[in-house]
Amino acid sequence: MSIKIALAGNPNSGKTTLFNDLTGSHQYVGNWPGVTVEKKEGFYEGNKEFVIQDLPGIYSLSPYSLEERISRQYLVKESPDGILNIVDGTNIERNLYLTTQLAELGVPMVVAVNMMDLVNKRGDKFDLDKLGRRLGCKVVGISAQKGTGCKECAETIFKYAKEERSGEAPHVFMGSVEHAIAHIEESIQGFVPPKAIRWYAIKIFERDKEIISQLNIDPEILEHIEEHIVDCEKELDDDAESIITSQRYEFIQKLIGECVNFNQRARQKESFSDRIDKIVTNRFLALPVFAIALMAMYWLAVSKNGPGTKMTDWANDEFLGDGWFLPFTQHAYETKEVGAETPWYEGKTYEEASSEYEPHSVNVEKWQAAYIEAYDAKHGEAAYEKDTEGKDGGEFAIPDEALAGTVSAEAWLEDEETGEIRKGNVSETDGLISAEEDEEAESDLKWTCDYPMYKRSAEVEEPDPANGFGVWIPGAAAVCGSFCEMVGLEEGTLAYSLIMDGIVGGVCTVLGFVPVIALVFLFLAFLEDCGYMARVAFIMDRLFRSFGLSGKSFIPMLVGKGCGVPAVMAARTIENVRDQRMTVILATFIPCGAKTVIIAMFSAVFFREYWWIAAAMDLTGIAIIVLGGIALKKTKLFGGEAAPFIMELPAYHLPTIKGILIHTWNRVRGYVIKAGVVIFPCCVVLTFMMTFNWTFGLVGDAIDQSILASVGRFFSWFTKPLGFGNWQGTAASISAEIAKEQATATLGMIASGDGSAAANILAMFKEFAGRDYKFAALSFMVFNLFIPPCVVAIVATFREMGSKAWGWFAICFQMFVGYLLALNAYQIGRCIAFGTFGTWTAVAIILDVIVFLAIVRPAPKVK
Amino acid sequence: MKTLNEIPIGKTVRVKRLLGEGPLKRRIMDMGILKGVDVTVLKVAPAGDPIEISLRGYDLSIRKSEAATIEIEEE
Repeated sequence: MSIKIALAGNPNSGKTTLFNDLTGSHQYVGNWPGVTVEKKEGFYEGNKEFVIQDLPGIYSLSPYSLEERISRQYLVKESPDGILNIVDGTNIERNLYLTTQLAELGVPMVVAVNMMDLVNKRGDKFDLDKLGRRLGCKVVGISAQKGTGCKECAETIFKYAKEERSGEAPHVFMGSVEHAIAHIEESIQGFVPPKAIRWYAIKIFERDKEIISQLNIDPEILEHIEEHIVDCEKELDDDAESIITSQRYEFIQKLIGECVNFNQRARQKESFSDRIDKIVTNRFLALPVFAIALMAMYWLAVSKNGPGTKMTDWANDEFLGDGWFLPFTQHAYETKEVGAETPWYEGKTYEEASSEYEPHSVNVEKWQAAYIEAYDAKHGEAAYEKDTEGKDGGEFAIPDEALAGTVSAEAWLEDEETGEIRKGNVSETDGLISAEEDEEAESDLKWTCDYPMYKRSAEVEEPDPANGFGVWIPGAAAVCGSFCEMVGLEEGTLAYSLIMDGIVGGVCTVLGFVPVIALVFLFLAFLEDCGYMARVAFIMDRLFRSFGLSGKSFIPMLVGKGCGVPAVMAARTIENVRDQRMTVILATFIPCGAKTVIIAMFSAVFFREYWWIAAAMDLTGIAIIVLGGIALKKTKLFGGEAAPFIMELPAYHLPTIKGILIHTWNRVRGYVIKAGVVIFPCCVVLTFMMTFNWTFGLVGDAIDQSILASVGRFFSWFTKPLGFGNWQGTAASISAEIAKEQATATLGMIASGDGSAAANILAMFKEFAGRDYKFAALSFMVFNLFIPPCVVAIVATFREMGSKAWGWFAICFQMFVGYLLALNAYQIGRCIAFGTFGTWTAVAIILDVIVFLAIVRPAPKVK
Repeated sequence: MKTLNEIPIGKTVRVKRLLGEGPLKRRIMDMGILKGVDVTVLKVAPAGDPIEISLRGYDLSIRKSEAATIEIEEE
């Protein structure tokens, strides 16, 4: 039989630090049933016999807050074998208020007075034995941060729990109240567990509806009890709840007077915390300080050149991709063997060599494609494939040498993100092309590759990073690729594609988010543990409350600029469930890093002359948050009075590294498990849809024959009013749900043509939308930016919303917003520009009016 | 009748009566704001709301609308 101990205490009392200290890495984090309040369980020093259940940080056992209800339900229903109550020694008066309530549960209890090091430093003197005698339980002094006394207090409570040694509950109340409580105890005997009878009696005295409705007591008895309560209230001229609370605090005051000797001089001195707060929450300095903290976090986690992005890129492209050089081992190529021929990249680093090699690989790719096209044109459809079957032997076969001489191909270097041709200078020496990038240059990096040039380029040896440039460590994808080869799977087969694109791709999608999530949570855990987060809520409350959010909502939204996944997860720091849910729904409207890729491409391709379009998208995101917040706040789901904002501003202290690391680790682990379960199959399915047709044949570049294309065709009625009701736009939007930047990649794949990816996409939109192509493009972009985020973020949303119903609500809301905005971009846009007016224009206007009314209508009165 | 939201920064006052009801009143009481306790107004947030108060040796932030349910007497 294992012994279960509940760890209870006020927020900021050092509860989490003590829990980490006692359980180390042996802890399991989940949610309390049905809510997103974290539930942590651990084993004392890894011993499964001794379970420690961490309760939410609470101030009281009232029925009004979610955390308090969870805690008391656990304490009463699951009845742990013991309670370890941690109290903050520097704030003993308010902390003992909870202690007096816990003592009434009739469960063995040990009170750990934390922060004894600070107490001693201040010169306060505690008589712990006397305090224990008066509270009816053992009291020990500890310092969770320094780790002193933690083991002893844990061992004491486990011993007490084993012996079932519970002390007598202290008699907190004055004569007439104790009298009434004694009466209630007498009359409810048999209805409640005998151990906790005093606790129940007090709850009934307080007229706690939740408890009374659970107990099924005869109405007659209740009526009789009510008389006693009313008598008491009359005598003391106050309501029952106030009587209990006041007398608890009076009892504590008396207790402290007897057991604690405060050093008054130290109390009056300005503390370290006060001095920090003079700056941090100063009326004028507060916002600049907050802005600096935010910028630090932004830079760290999600800015373009910050460590977070670098780590993410490294994880995605190198660690999980092809491979990477061990730091500091990279060097220029040097031929070691005496007498060996020196390659062309002698003396160059891999980076230099590979960028010099780029035009040659482009030459090979483009010329070969042009050759196949010319060959098929001359000898009939698919003639090349037929004629060269089994003949190529690894090399590109040129069956018609005469034809080759006449083939020349356009070749160019394009930007990966926008698909545009890069700028710079091209020079030719000895029939070999070299391209020098120069963003300022007028000319495109574009040239014509003829047969002789192709032959020369084809002979240029490709530099191999694993050979001679440093210590090269192959990445996950490369390792899996060679593993597939080893077991005999060839590229282009079904199994190879499923393993490489589906499984490896899926795993990489999940793991690629880990660095940014870890960094965000490292930073957030630091802000939270040191006490700054409470100040953030204090500073920002006024602004965000006006559109229904919490002062802490700002942080998820800022993180959302970089990535929606940690943004949604970061909303957990918001205590109020309504505010937290609303933040989760709204945070992903801020265009994240991946969506920025879509914006970059579309503004480069379609909106070159409208420089403000990118900024307009960010502003639209902010507007949705503000207006959406206002509108949601007026619904029944989120309406009602704002939750009380009576919040402690704890003293600042330096958090422990261990605490921060454990917090971050729990978050990352939770994400990987949850995301893996859902995203992984999603990736496999979507990759499958993109690479195969209905007969499970590989489609290669002919994506219009894939399953995805036919699914796109099937759903095109949905996007028709938006101006891109063809399979291309729809399929690109579907594929964008794996990762948003996939929208541009898929468009590039679909829009085949002779030009650069950018030119092809432009041509494609012009082809199907004609005169309205700009509005169709705007609509496509807006649609992909503001409909529900990628699957990874959707999974996080479902997790943080606490239930499926809430998750679906969030998705439907986001879908509605994205669809309506896209509808406006296309229908209203072309109506203004060209005067086109149709049924859908009318629909758009009607919906706009409804939304407008939902935003401006007066808030309904809540009873 | 004076309530806590009207008190200037730096002043210490004594709580006389709680005017609120239900969860709000209980929360205020649970945090130790009760008849007879001394409360010092420390600070106002940049936007003018909420305020920061100190009592029983710790600091608390509270909205002005909530402070308006706390009747006080000046010493």
